[in-house]
Amino acid sequence: MGLSLIVGCSLAYISLLFLLAWWVDKRADQGRSLASGPHLYALSLAVFCTAWTFFGSVGRATTGGLSFLGVYLGPTLLAPLWYMLLRKMILISKNQRITSIADFISSRYGKSATIAVLVTVIAVLGIVPYISIQLKAVAFGINTLTHFGEAPPPPPAAFWLDASFWVAIAMALFTAIFGTRKLDPNERHEGLVAAIAFESIVKLVAFIAVGLFVTYGIYSGFGDLFGQAMARPDTARLLSFEGAGMTPFAWNILCMLSLFAIVLLPRQFHVSVVENTSPRHIPKAMWVFPLYLLLINIFVLPIALAGKMTFDAGVNPDTFVLSLPLSQGAEWLALAAFIGGFSAATSMVVVEATALSIMFSNHIVVPLLIKTRRFGREQTLVDGADRLLDIRRVSILLLLFLAYLYQKTVSGAYDLVSVGLISFAAVAQLAPAFIGGMYWKRATKQGAVAGLVAGFAVWAYCLPLPNMAQSGILPGAFVEDGLFGLTFLKPYALFGLSGLDPITHAAFWSLLLNTWLYAIVSINTQPSTLNLTQADLFVNIHKYIGGQDADVLKREAKVSDLRALLNRFLGESRTIAIFNEYETMSGTSFSGQQTAQADLVNFAETHLAGAIGAASARLVMDSVAKAETITMEEVMRILEQTREAVEHGRLMESKNAELKALALQLTVANEQLKTLDRLKADFITTVTHELRTPVTSIKSLSKIILDYSEELDEPRKREYLQILVTESERISRLINQVLDIEKMEANEAPLQLESVDLSALVHHVATGMGQLFAERGATVRITGGDSLLPVQADRDRMVQVIVNLLSNALKFCDPEAGLIEIRLRRQGPWAVLTVCDNGAGIPATKQQMIFEKFTQLHSQATGKPQGTGLGLFITKSIVEKHGGSIRVQSEPGKGAAFEVQLPADV
Amino acid sequence: MEHSTPSAKILIVDDEPNIVLAIEFLLQREGYRTEKAFDGLQALEVAAAFQPNVVILDVMMPGMDGFNVGQRIRRMPLLENTKIIFLTAKGTQRDKQTGYASGAEAYMIKPFDNDELVTLVNEMLAYG
Repeated sequence: MGLSLIVGCSLAYISLLFLLAWWVDKRADQGRSLASGPHLYALSLAVFCTAWTFFGSVGRATTGGLSFLGVYLGPTLLAPLWYMLLRKMILISKNQRITSIADFISSRYGKSATIAVLVTVIAVLGIVPYISIQLKAVAFGINTLTHFGEAPPPPPAAFWLDASFWVAIAMALFTAIFGTRKLDPNERHEGLVAAIAFESIVKLVAFIAVGLFVTYGIYSGFGDLFGQAMARPDTARLLSFEGAGMTPFAWNILCMLSLFAIVLLPRQFHVSVVENTSPRHIPKAMWVFPLYLLLINIFVLPIALAGKMTFDAGVNPDTFVLSLPLSQGAEWLALAAFIGGFSAATSMVVVEATALSIMFSNHIVVPLLIKTRRFGREQTLVDGADRLLDIRRVSILLLLFLAYLYQKTVSGAYDLVSVGLISFAAVAQLAPAFIGGMYWKRATKQGAVAGLVAGFAVWAYCLPLPNMAQSGILPGAFVEDGLFGLTFLKPYALFGLSGLDPITHAAFWSLLLNTWLYAIVSINTQPSTLNLTQADLFVNIHKYIGGQDADVLKREAKVSDLRALLNRFLGESRTIAIFNEYETMSGTSFSGQQTAQADLVNFAETHLAGAIGAASARLVMDSVAKAETITMEEVMRILEQTREAVEHGRLMESKNAELKALALQLTVANEQLKTLDRLKADFITTVTHELRTPVTSIKSLSKIILDYSEELDEPRKREYLQILVTESERISRLINQVLDIEKMEANEAPLQLESVDLSALVHHVATGMGQLFAERGATVRITGGDSLLPVQADRDRMVQVIVNLLSNALKFCDPEAGLIEIRLRRQGPWAVLTVCDNGAGIPATKQQMIFEKFTQLHSQATGKPQGTGLGLFITKSIVEKHGGSIRVQSEPGKGAAFEVQLPADV
Repeated sequence: MEHSTPSAKILIVDDEPNIVLAIEFLLQREGYRTEKAFDGLQALEVAAAFQPNVVILDVMMPGMDGFNVGQRIRRMPLLENTKIIFLTAKGTQRDKQTGYASGAEAYMIKPFDNDELVTLVNEMLAYG
């Protein structure tokens, strides 16, 4: 196919676009607007689909299968979230006359010039790779059409023989003419929007045409195509999610990046916010746009599969959309497809370059000129509006030149999608400051600067710099060995995090650091007054809709100065229109007035902001409007009021928090009291029951002895009397223990601490209980009791502990061959006493319970509980009062071991 | 003392052997046949085999409590005519209601009076 035919068609197509834009603009001027309405808005959003989508998705799908979808899944899945965000963005932007994403973020942080510059730099440098792939795509599109079937042409000998150079020039001219015709965003670029929407239709139709041709022309439908693809291992792999070769984490990062991109890419911000005519269009766009994404993605996989099955490795997969029709001799279709791809590329470049040039001129060039006093004070009669537009045109040329350079030197070696994702990751760096700014009032300018700088630095270090190194522009050692040979600084494995693809890796670290610094620095810095009022406006925009700029400073200016200033930046006619508008709006006339009051100054500044951005407008306005005319006292009063309001708010907040905390404490205390009450009631119920039981036996049996004395034989009488004695003892024991507990809990009986040898004490008690052991036929063995084991203890209480443990062991040891082992040892700072029996053991579920009041186990001997159920509770209380602890270890059938730890005396 | 069913069978259930001992003595003196059980499960086993006319039932016992035992006895087909007397230290109005709801004919609180218990059993067997 001849080059002249291709260039001719492209020029014809571009002329058509110009014609369309001119016609739409003309209609709009006549008041018969065409370029509004939700469908048009949704189609203009489809500027998201660039040459990346048109050529690159197919290329990506030939290696990464379904992974190409991630970029479209993000905006689709997160459409509801996007809706909320977008609505708020539009309301704020209309209120503040915001013209770009840099303007938006800098306005939020007190119209900060630093932030505006920072965001502009990030956006320009971050987007350069993205624009470069558009140039590359068009260039290789032309090469494919002209050289299909031949050996790839040698690299051009000089830049003027290089297709992408001429593509860059053409795009730059086109954009400069097309995108820089108007200044104030309130005069909408209807022609531009209409052209973009038209291009969205062209690229969709072209892509679907190629898809249909491949699916039904080359193959006989989806079934045939997919069937053949399944039969080959290399193409079958692409049909599975595993074939995408992406971890779930990488999918998530990709979805997140693409959502950020759809909100934050300068061109997306431009069409979705700046060019938006009404927030009412958003709901429809929220489903039309995802539908568009679905349609343009349907045939990606079929084309990729068909290309893979048709060509060997010699054909670049990014060109399948063109080479497949060519391979079948369908040149007309290939040409149409090229025009579709050309549409995708031009719409992207035009809007992106326009948006970036607005940022570049407003936030970098104009402030510089103002600072050097060449612009604002100039006495020539040159129309400032024209000068601004010139600056923009120059910046567009510069931008395209940068993109051309990048494409020639770096991105030529990579596929389209890989390069495009680098830009996505760059733009995502704006997300914390942007989203945080809209929902978090506490965020400060310093926090935003810190986050942006850090995030951008990590991005640059991890993505474009290694690419440049691999292309030989930079020394490459740091890619393999890390900066300064520090391995934790390897750009593809920062801090040792390896195993992720470069995009996921870079996005993860840069966003993590960015968000973290943003939050931490914000919390630790104080916002300025302007930052504070802007923050309130952004976060609570609904309060301000229809209202005026919240400005605490009262400024005045000479009407003539003001008029001259607006003349310079906006031109004579706009200035007159603005002054007229103000007169009508406020109902005043200032024809004879010398001084413009604060609201007129603000009004003028807002309009100026529409042309040169908020930060620059403020700077310019400060040169004519002086705040000094208000007295120092007044400034102090205003600041004082603000401060008092803030202080008061803080005070109320802290009081409120205190009250809440107090209420919580009361609730907790009340609960504790209730619990205590319940415990006390339970305790009394249990104690009375425990008392009633022996009383019942005693009462009944003593009455029997009394009434039927003559019927009872002597042994029976003795038996009953013996029961009376033991049950009486049981009662007195219970009473003693209850009193004991009461005393301990009321802390009425402080410990009489003295140095006691635990060894000697154990021997003493064991000897004292020798008779009992002997009666039950149990053996007692003491080990480790030969050396001194001194502890600080209350001797009587310690005796009680040992007696309790030994009687328990005796009670529960094997009834036939009871064995009780007592072990004494020193372990670090502890004196440890262990008492083991060889009984049935304690089930694991009961091991904690046995230390509570009135829990009893059943002895093997009688199948009934013995004792009061208070012994172990008292033992535990005593041990803990001594600063020690008690625990039990037991396995069913293997006995139980009670271990008491007491602080050793040194 | 005469009573209508001299060979009536009575099951005594209590986890305190000394209390069982006393009641056993009192009722055997009256000429009744007695059996005893020391917990709920044992009580159900013995009741099924012994088919008592009266069960004297403690409430607070390890394992299954007396109310539960009472309900289960009520559901046993061969024990429809068996009378249940709760003999317990639990003495609140709520406990009594639970006791009667569990199928008891009488509810007596510990410590009990020997003569009262014997009279209650006698009357229950005479008129029940």
